[in-house]
Amino acid sequence: MPELFEMTATELARLLADKKVSSVEITKAVLNRIEAADKQVNAYVTLTPESALALAEEADRRLASGDGKPFTGIPIAVKDNMCVKGRRTTCGSRILHNFVPPYDATVVRLLRDEGMVMVGAANMDEFAMGSSTETSYWGPTRNPWNLDTAPGGSSGGSAAAVAAGEAIVALGSDTGGSIRLPAAFCSVTGMKPTYGSVSRYGLVAYASSLDQIGPICRDVSDLATLLNVICGHDPLDSTSVPRQHPDFTSFLDKPVAGMTLGMPAEFFGKLDDPDVSRVMSDARSIFRNLGVKFSDLSLPHLDYGIAAYYIIAPSEASSNLARYDGVKYGHRAASFDGMIDMYCRTRAEGFGPEVKRRIMLGTYALSSGYYDAYYLKAAKIRTLITSDFKKAFETCDAIICPTAPTPPFKIGEKIDDPIQMYLTDVFTIPVNMAGLPGISIPGGFSRDGLPVGFQLIAPHFEEARLVQLAAAFQRETDHHLKRPPL
Amino acid sequence: MKITPEQVDYVALLGRLTLEPEEKRKYMSQLDDILGYMDMLSEVPTDHVKPMSGTVELYTPLREDEVHHSLSIEDALANAPATSGTSFKVPKIIE
Repeated sequence: MPELFEMTATELARLLADKKVSSVEITKAVLNRIEAADKQVNAYVTLTPESALALAEEADRRLASGDGKPFTGIPIAVKDNMCVKGRRTTCGSRILHNFVPPYDATVVRLLRDEGMVMVGAANMDEFAMGSSTETSYWGPTRNPWNLDTAPGGSSGGSAAAVAAGEAIVALGSDTGGSIRLPAAFCSVTGMKPTYGSVSRYGLVAYASSLDQIGPICRDVSDLATLLNVICGHDPLDSTSVPRQHPDFTSFLDKPVAGMTLGMPAEFFGKLDDPDVSRVMSDARSIFRNLGVKFSDLSLPHLDYGIAAYYIIAPSEASSNLARYDGVKYGHRAASFDGMIDMYCRTRAEGFGPEVKRRIMLGTYALSSGYYDAYYLKAAKIRTLITSDFKKAFETCDAIICPTAPTPPFKIGEKIDDPIQMYLTDVFTIPVNMAGLPGISIPGGFSRDGLPVGFQLIAPHFEEARLVQLAAAFQRETDHHLKRPPL
Repeated sequence: MKITPEQVDYVALLGRLTLEPEEKRKYMSQLDDILGYMDMLSEVPTDHVKPMSGTVELYTPLREDEVHHSLSIEDALANAPATSGTSFKVPKIIE
């Protein structure tokens, strides 16, 4: 009999509906697991056990009175960049080490409406800038599959928590791969929905034209239900799209025979890791046996995607992070000589090196004399990448490719080489640049036993297609059923 | 070298960041590497391409001009490093 903290949300929801277990019991199991494991994993920045138990009691009352929703009573970790009223939200940064939001993010309000049990704030790279959760002020999160390796980033805490049983499901955010990469490194299922599908109100902004919140779960069945909870139009987010989304769970059992998966030459041309190559070819075999066809295609401007991203994202970040000035909230330097000095010292003390690097890069790219050469050029490249994808989707239903170029790397291995770290996102960045939905699914393990995931990308607002394909894959494989030996 | 020490100083001031000499040296060399990597973008012809500011069709949503509840003064001041009455206290701006 598996432990409660090892089960999926869908399985637990059935036990709750059958009155075989209570939300309080599930929550206590998760909290005990956190106590046992988090000293090693460091998935959480802030834990809220008392309010979690109160939410669990409330959930049990709702379920008893027939007032429950699909995920009422399920414990969830929320990445530390989504505002939870009354609970410290730090974005993994010293500059917000004492910030307590006076309001809930819209997604948090939706979790409360669903009756979910928020357990705490999941660790992340500082202000979501990073691919390994090593830049957090609160120390790195460690991969539950091998504690010397990185869990990926920037939603490393969310993915590690789900993998380690320290949460049943989680929310992360993804700007250049920050949900999909940690999902791949931790052997869990994570999706970045289409830009505009999920409200960004209350998500601390990194790059406003790229950021999107999404679910990280043990399997696509849980993911589809959580997606139902968080997707939807929000008048408080002017980039939120006024569209009705389908019931994603209705796509879990649809067959995939006859669908076509495209394989971009430029993606596969970059692949030189034997473990990732093997996982990709295994994935293709599984889909082939399900009756899926494959087509070769080209995304000619893909290579320029990373360079363009590392202009656009830091530029938007330099603007978004200008608000951290010590005036209204957060850290303020203890001593300074006048207003400008207060800003400069506060920010020098409050931000870590990666954040400073990106602010410098973005400020430079936007400064007069350089705007045309950098930001404007990158914005035009973005148009070209998006039209490459549109053309590709004329000949396929979805694109298949790796999530990461390698299995999880060791903590400390890439942190001193910014370009090497940035290249970890080579397969995930183009998806954000075009605003498309992308999912990472467990695809197997390396020869060293480390998780390797793969990615599916669909046209705008076709998340349901990703659910359909991923569910079919998970019916035929058991990678997503494995748990780390923690 | 694409970036000069003077440019680093200027950009740091724009970004309101105080940098130690060692940090300046490190950022100068890292930014140089990164900007060099981005030179590849000039290979792409984009004269007739429109820049993309958002990924899906953006429009300006409007709403009726109705008063809604906002933050109370207490909530707004709750995280302030320094307050004076109902205000945030800050260094003198105008000498």
